[in-house]
Amino acid sequence: MSQPNGTYAFYPGCSMGVSARAYDQSFRRVAEVLGLEFQDVDDWNCCGATEYFTLNRLPAYSLVARNLSLAAGMGKEDLVAACSACYLNLHKTDSYMGKYPDLNEKVNRALAAGGLHYDPGTLRVRHLLDVLVEDIGYEAIGEHVTQPLKGLRVAPYYGCLVVRPESNYDPEYPTHLDDLMRALGATVVDFPLKTHCCGGHMTQISEETAYELLRRLLANAAEYNADVIVTVCPMCQLNLDAYQSEVNRVFGTDYHIPILFFTQLIGLAFGVAAEDLGFGAEIVPADEALKKIGQEEAPKPRTPRRRDKKALPMPPPLS
Amino acid sequence: MTEEKVGVYICHCGNNIAGTIDVEAVSEWAATLPHVAVARDYRFMCSSLGQELVEQDIKELGLTRVVVAACSPHMHEPTFRKACERAGLNPYLMEMANIREHASWVHQHDKEAATEKAKALISGAVKRALELSPLEPSRVPIQEATLVVGGGIAGITTALEIADAGHPVYLVEREPSIGGHMAQLDKTFPTLDCSSCILTPKMFDTGNHPNITLLSYSEVEEVSGYVGNFTVRVRKKARKVNTDLCTGCGECWSRCPAKVVDTVYEAGLGYRTAIYRPFPQAVPKYPVIDVENCIYFQKGTCKACEKFCPTGAIDFEQEDEILELEVGNIVLATGYDLFDARRIPQYGYGRLANVFTSLEFERMVNAAGPTGGKVVLRDGVTEPQSVAIIHCVGSRDKNYNPYCSATCCMAALKFGHLVKEKTDAEVYSFYIDVRAAFKDYEEFYNRVLEEGVHFVRGRVAEVTDAARQPGEEGKLIVQVEDTLIGKQRRIPVDMVILMAAMEPRADAEEIAHLFGVGCSAAGFFTERHPKLDPIATMSDGIFIAGACQGPKDIPATVGQGAAAAARVLTLISQGEVEIEPVRAIIDEERCSGCRICNNLCPYGAIDYIEDPGVSRVNPALCKGCGTCVAACPSQVITGQHFTFESIMSQIEGLLYDVSNGHETYAEPAPLETA
Ligand SMILES: Cc1cc2nc3c(=O)[nH]c(=O)nc-3n(C[C@H](O)[C@H](O)[C@H](O)COP(=O)(O)OP(=O)(O)OC[C@H]3O[C@@H](n4cnc5c(N)ncnc54)[C@H](O)[C@@H]3O)c2cc1C
Repeated sequence: MSQPNGTYAFYPGCSMGVSARAYDQSFRRVAEVLGLEFQDVDDWNCCGATEYFTLNRLPAYSLVARNLSLAAGMGKEDLVAACSACYLNLHKTDSYMGKYPDLNEKVNRALAAGGLHYDPGTLRVRHLLDVLVEDIGYEAIGEHVTQPLKGLRVAPYYGCLVVRPESNYDPEYPTHLDDLMRALGATVVDFPLKTHCCGGHMTQISEETAYELLRRLLANAAEYNADVIVTVCPMCQLNLDAYQSEVNRVFGTDYHIPILFFTQLIGLAFGVAAEDLGFGAEIVPADEALKKIGQEEAPKPRTPRRRDKKALPMPPPLS
Repeated sequence: MTEEKVGVYICHCGNNIAGTIDVEAVSEWAATLPHVAVARDYRFMCSSLGQELVEQDIKELGLTRVVVAACSPHMHEPTFRKACERAGLNPYLMEMANIREHASWVHQHDKEAATEKAKALISGAVKRALELSPLEPSRVPIQEATLVVGGGIAGITTALEIADAGHPVYLVEREPSIGGHMAQLDKTFPTLDCSSCILTPKMFDTGNHPNITLLSYSEVEEVSGYVGNFTVRVRKKARKVNTDLCTGCGECWSRCPAKVVDTVYEAGLGYRTAIYRPFPQAVPKYPVIDVENCIYFQKGTCKACEKFCPTGAIDFEQEDEILELEVGNIVLATGYDLFDARRIPQYGYGRLANVFTSLEFERMVNAAGPTGGKVVLRDGVTEPQSVAIIHCVGSRDKNYNPYCSATCCMAALKFGHLVKEKTDAEVYSFYIDVRAAFKDYEEFYNRVLEEGVHFVRGRVAEVTDAARQPGEEGKLIVQVEDTLIGKQRRIPVDMVILMAAMEPRADAEEIAHLFGVGCSAAGFFTERHPKLDPIATMSDGIFIAGACQGPKDIPATVGQGAAAAARVLTLISQGEVEIEPVRAIIDEERCSGCRICNNLCPYGAIDYIEDPGVSRVNPALCKGCGTCVAACPSQVITGQHFTFESIMSQIEGLLYDVSNGHETYAEPAPLETA
């Protein structure tokens, strides 16, 4: 464990208390079970999301750096964000300030006006998923599982921000969320679009673009018979959940795929009561899917699996 | 002691040195050093005129030491040693100062400092030269037999050339048969002749040559000795088949109930049995039992092969055999591995059934392969309507291998042609650049262009089965930026072939260590010189040939295999090898026989002689590394050519103060001898 005492500075961001209350609630319960302590950054401000950086960069960086500076004052090594966009902005600001002395100088001049200062590299900015996978590990998480998610077919959706532009995971086809879900006993379906974009704030700017992106994700998950899509980001969850009926209306489709936060599933597997994990807040209801949990994998169609004599062998997965 | 006369020669190396270092100033300064009789600078010291300059001075001025300030001794120490020898000066009285790699090349931005550093290096070399002693190399006879490791087309070529010249060869091959990757191929570019038709006769000759001992299903475990006199331990793995009785009739494998995916010869596309011969033309013709998959070995019952063998050749009790070989030279021809395409998950290999690797496709189009030469999807029956060929999979990619794998463009062209020949499919070839550099290759490219293969320039982003638009359902979609039209494209196809890179063997580093050769950053064996000696290694008597040295096609492999044979034949015809006198010697009068040095020697070159109870260095095994010299508690071991005095003097010289031209070192305390 990188934090000797298991404590982290935590940047909540704007969604956690509002649209992603289920994420906030479930992650805090899971942290309790795992004995991790997350201390919220006091007096934090918005990370600027995706828009501010495209409009006016210096104030955008300064806004984020203010959070870094406040967090650095807490004396923790790691600053953790649960939202992928917050994570990216914090990570990017820290990294760019270190890389570009000129930016560093200007941002710190802005911070100085508020009596603050931040030295890039002071904090390690991390996403919650990375903390659970790296610091706790699949095995230790598996040990806490009392209600394995047997029979639940999960499409692991990473979104486009957690593994790019810099991460320890394969940016094209990451598998750490897959492995984490497996550790909970779930069946993970192949999800080729796992790192494709959910449309972000495009829903507000160009619905057409956003709905097409969402349709692709839903179609892909449906094609692999996923019971749920699991996300690591409030934005992804909101888009897929809240606009699912719109997508159905526009494209004449009929998807009903619940969109859950990964911490909600961890909580369920740990035996935490569903109401303590924010279940019920989702727009596409999850109850049907959750009924499957605890069942063994649905029996395969009982046509005798005689191998077609002519079929060629498949390479086994990379161990 | 007579007055020593040193000649100092400073090379310009064109502009390589003179462009940075003020060679005239260094030369003038060197002439003022104590004992220096003459100092000259010259455009190219390694040219014959440069060498003559040295020879002339030795003869006319009576030089007793020579210092050449030029490039690395790796490059030209032999050159200048020979020049000294021609003029009658013992070659070991010549010292080189490397003012190119160590000064001009690394300090190009600071000419003044580079010049001063050159002076320090020369000052060290002059001081060291004064302490050198004349040495004589010894000569030992050379073993006539040669070891060739790896029986691909490279090793086969080398073995046949040497054997045809009348000398014995041991050919060690790890697999049950020789042939290597070439045996898996169908047609070969650019002429499209059938691979096994041109390979099989050579394999046959190799297996039947009176001068070749073929050790298949064998591996080298230990190597000791030195050029001319290597001792090699080979493990001959138990085939569990008595080859004196076996006729290769095939009764055994046709009765074997165990089916195993053949990941070696069939590249994972087909099956074999547990007792198997990899392919019909295998040399030798005998099968082996793959113990891990044999029902008898795993479960204790079966023995079908034994029951049906008409000659009683099956021998479940057979054990590995260990052989000790004495050889004079070794040629490594261990070839390459194919890049594991599963490492690029976005291309879908291992996830998406109809994504194939290049070697799988070779097996597929091969008439003797799992589909009988039919181009079909993974279901074994459906012919594809459209095929994508993706170049540079795992090569020219900083995430995997930065190098160009050299053969894949041509193989991709060949595949395009073969798909067109065998099916009605549309073929799309996704390339970064088409590299068709050698004889008749560009012509082949043009031919394939005319045959209607579509070439799309751009590195493929992903292969996916996630349909997005009408027409994509049930297809594999290749997403790519077509950099010629500047647009993203999605091309739906039925089949994808990944042109995976040629990579160093997974165990290349271990093998390099076993034989004492080096590996490049990429992992291929390192040649002695990238241009002038791509065949020898830094270890005398050990040569490399074929794809183990770097990605290459069959013509280049064969060329290098034959060249390696020529190098070995040169040594054999010399009859004996010269052993460098740079080695340790023990003053037996003063040796206490403590034997500390015996175990420390990494080459096992020091023996303890019971009577009179002292340690002695075997000059042929000693590499002059100096470990024993440093370790000897009585300080009675001398590293010839690297004596304590010569090293200390060199350090004194190097500490020449560049800022004020004074020597700043303190006199070293006299060496205390026990
Ligand atoms: C898909 C594909 C298509 C190709 N098509 C063509 C073509 O059409 N034309 C062309 O010119 N080239 C082609 N090539 C290139 C060709 O395969 C190589 O040039 C050639 O096989 C290299 O021969 P080699 O003997 O160096 O290595 P290999 O063929 O790899 O042989 C090495 C041998 O050494 C053995 N070995 C390895 N390690 C050990 C060990 N430690 N001890 C004992 N034995 C060992 C192996 O078992 C093997 O038998 C193609 C390559 C690929 C990948």
